[in-house]
Amino acid sequence: MSEFKGVWIFSEKFDLTLEMLGKAREVADKLHSKLSVVLIGSDIDERVNELVRHGADKVYLASDPALERFQVETYLGVLHSLVANYKPEVVLIGSTKNGKPLASRLATRLRVGCVPDCVRLDVDGEGRLVCERITYGGSAFAKIAFRGKPQIATVPQRAFEKPAPKEHDGQVVKIDVKIEPAGTEVVGVKPLGSSSVRIEDAEVIVSCGRGLQNKEDRVLLDELAQALCGQVGCSRPLAEDRKWFSEWVGLSGHKVKPKLYIACGISGVIQHVAGIRDAKVVVAINKDEQAPIFEVADYGVVGDLYQILPALKEAIKKHVQ
Amino acid sequence: MRRIIVCLKQAVDVAQLKVDAATRQLVTASAPRKMSDFDKNALEEAVRLKEKLGDTEVFTVTVCSEDAKSVLREALAIGADKAYSVNDAAFSGLDTFGTAYVLAEALRKIGGFDLVLCGETSLDSFSGLVGSRLAELLGLPLVSSVRKISVEGECVVAERSLEDAVETVKACMPAVVSVTREINQPRIPSLMMIMKASKKEIVAWSMADLGVSKELLEPKIEVVEVLAPKTERKKIRIKGENATEIAENLAKALVQEGVVGR
Ligand SMILES: Cc1cc2nc3c(=O)[nH]c(=O)nc-3n(C[C@H](O)[C@H](O)[C@H](O)COP(=O)(O)OP(=O)(O)OC[C@H]3O[C@@H](n4cnc5c(N)ncnc54)[C@H](O)[C@@H]3O)c2cc1C
Repeated sequence: MSEFKGVWIFSEKFDLTLEMLGKAREVADKLHSKLSVVLIGSDIDERVNELVRHGADKVYLASDPALERFQVETYLGVLHSLVANYKPEVVLIGSTKNGKPLASRLATRLRVGCVPDCVRLDVDGEGRLVCERITYGGSAFAKIAFRGKPQIATVPQRAFEKPAPKEHDGQVVKIDVKIEPAGTEVVGVKPLGSSSVRIEDAEVIVSCGRGLQNKEDRVLLDELAQALCGQVGCSRPLAEDRKWFSEWVGLSGHKVKPKLYIACGISGVIQHVAGIRDAKVVVAINKDEQAPIFEVADYGVVGDLYQILPALKEAIKKHVQ
Repeated sequence: MRRIIVCLKQAVDVAQLKVDAATRQLVTASAPRKMSDFDKNALEEAVRLKEKLGDTEVFTVTVCSEDAKSVLREALAIGADKAYSVNDAAFSGLDTFGTAYVLAEALRKIGGFDLVLCGETSLDSFSGLVGSRLAELLGLPLVSSVRKISVEGECVVAERSLEDAVETVKACMPAVVSVTREINQPRIPSLMMIMKASKKEIVAWSMADLGVSKELLEPKIEVVEVLAPKTERKKIRIKGENATEIAENLAKALVQEGVVGR
């Protein structure tokens, strides 16, 4: 008999915590166990109700002025002592740039496994958590189970739907926290202008790659996207090397699920394609008929994007009217 | 003398990976290997720090279960002073815990380091856990997802690239730092550098040299299956006499799919 019981979730990002609640509820139900959230911060008591309405049976509340900002060592100290004490069988942690090292160090401190960036979660016949993640640069999905407990997995943003709130009974457990000293000191924070539109929510995405010659030519994509009521995206080199965009689509960028994805001047390397697997219809426009993007597209046009895009905009306008 | 150690993974070159269409299995055994991109950025950064600070040596450590000579030679050509290869057939099934554990033992044995640099994640498995596990095992501060780094006295000051902010963090050395690909553009070694590298030392260790516990090497996870996703795309070519005609045919197809218009 396992002494480990219960499904727990933690993320320093509240939205991601809510997203994880839906999937975690399913996992907890399959395991016939309770679903708990660990809430860490300062002045956060009013969030408890929202967590309960989204499915939490229990909220472990660690509130302290010293916990106002995420610091990996201090948060790890709180989470580790809770997990060591209450022994949940599953711990899901939000896979952010801060959450992932937190999960990894928690797993290391407990000498257990950690499966990062899970896009699917299930429970097998033996009551083990089975995680699915993208691996080998987007060429494959790996299904992974654990050999010990707690089973620690991280969940990326927007992998799961936030559940609808409803009446639910939940309990709050207030934690006396011991603050562990941080090994690093934050000396400055510069918020990035976050785009108000989330590309994950876009129904239509017109995306460009290195086939786009100049930054100004982006207007071709903007106009087509506008005609389709969609958004513009790009491959990584346009953001990372050329700095024309701040975010990109793909394995190391955003994973999108539009009805329509139009890839213009994108070669279709696996790392890019890993981000568009969930698109309903993929269109590729590329002047190289050997480009791998045609292998993963529903409709392919061999041609120059500078000629096709303006023509396509006109054709679409005609049909939408 | 300052000492920087870079953890280098020999990864499957995912761009050259083939899929068996019938079984959807990946043909990894025969796929070419290369230095994981992110680790190459870490190495480049270490060499740049050495060039800037002077009086610094750069070592690399690679934990592997197969021959990694060409990756180690490349590291030496890029500018590492010495490469450690911890190679043992018993390492073939290592998970992220096992890898970090062997690395930690190798780092302890080498000793005397101020900074450990590694890639934020790896090209093939893309887990991104080893750097943080290593920091935990060594009991050192971790600065992850770093896009800019400088050494100020006994501390490192680094810019971390977060989802919605850039955070500047200071940590006292020794520390573990993981870098993103934004941090630099790795150099391509010249023939001169490659020739010079052939005289540099590669230290080869096996499991026995490190005295690692077999028990701790047991994987803590079990890979149930690895399969290429089914691609069920239609692969229809849209043709036409000119751009206008092609565009018209494409628009019609998209309307029929119900993805254009309402
Ligand atoms: C670990 C790792 C993670 C990565 N993650 C991502 C990721 O998340 N997302 C991502 O996108 N990339 C990622 N990459 C980079 C990826 O490997 C490719 O380098 C990148 O996707 C290529 O971008 P591209 O298709 O725009 O450029 P290219 O491969 O250079 O393709 C340009 C294409 O444009 C076509 N073209 C040129 N001119 C025209 C024209 N006038 N009209 C029509 N077509 C034209 C060319 O035929 C060519 O096919 C990653 C790489 C690594 C190593």
